[in-house]
Amino acid sequence: MRWEVRVAYRRGVQDPEGETARDALEMLGYGCVAEVRTAKLFIIEGECTREEVEEMCRRLLANPVSQEYEIRRVD
Amino acid sequence: MLRGPGTNCDAETVYALRELGAEPELVHVRRLLRGGCSLEEFDALVIPGGFSYGDRIRSGAVLAKMLSHSLKGELQRFVDERRPVLGICNGFQVLVETGVLPFGEVGEPCMALMKNASARFEARWVHLLRCSESELLGELPRVSEMPVANAEGRLVVPEEVLDELLQNSQVALRYCTPSGEPASGRYPLNPSGSVLDIAALTTPEGSVLGMMPHPERAFSRYLHPCWTSGRGSEHGRLLLQGFVRSAVA
Repeated sequence: MRWEVRVAYRRGVQDPEGETARDALEMLGYGCVAEVRTAKLFIIEGECTREEVEEMCRRLLANPVSQEYEIRRVD
Repeated sequence: MLRGPGTNCDAETVYALRELGAEPELVHVRRLLRGGCSLEEFDALVIPGGFSYGDRIRSGAVLAKMLSHSLKGELQRFVDERRPVLGICNGFQVLVETGVLPFGEVGEPCMALMKNASARFEARWVHLLRCSESELLGELPRVSEMPVANAEGRLVVPEEVLDELLQNSQVALRYCTPSGEPASGRYPLNPSGSVLDIAALTTPEGSVLGMMPHPERAFSRYLHPCWTSGRGSEHGRLLLQGFVRSAVA
């Protein structure tokens, strides 16, 4: 079983790396870019239930104040 | 003094505390987890700076979760008994991720230390305004100087938590100008973009102090960038002196 967990900054929380990427893309001529946000992807393999993966996010993978997460089963 | 893989400010912090008459013992987190010793045996706890567990996932998160999961009761007792705790830089990040800061409750974090607004590692001397009477700050003057060195030092706090922090006078140090005017978020006075220029926090009782600046790197005037012109200060020494005093009190 394989799960993908995407952890990103919550909307409204400044994402300096995303801002730098947006500015650099704009400098390269991509005027179409309105916003860039960064996220981290964890790929978790093993016999885990969705509840367990949820718990992993709450306990370790995301800080509840500044980050939000999305869980997706990929197989 | 607690260390884990990636801790790298332990030697100079041990040196500083020893110079001040303390008897620091360097304890690896694995020794604590295996029961080789217990927090119970110590008068005070220091979590020094560095990059514990390589700053993987988030700075301080892995070491923090080890403590708050496997040593929850021990750590909570230590804090409840008001034995002094000092977290420097990565140690501050660990205290926030364990939930010990800001309200002394081991559990889920209610604030975050995030990537600096500049998106860079910030290593520079800063001015700090003392905002607390906590004895852990010792005889630190109203305005002091110490260096910061971090990539994730921007404190992000939900509004309701921030209100409570201010009501309880938990803000210990704020980034400021050389004369003590608030940095008001201006870079590089406030190097991280931290909310309300917060550089250090205590618990409501003042027995736990978490700070981004490094007192051990401001321990001798010869460490100060202006020492040759006679402007060298030793503000880190004053703060650590306060910590050592409160540990033996």
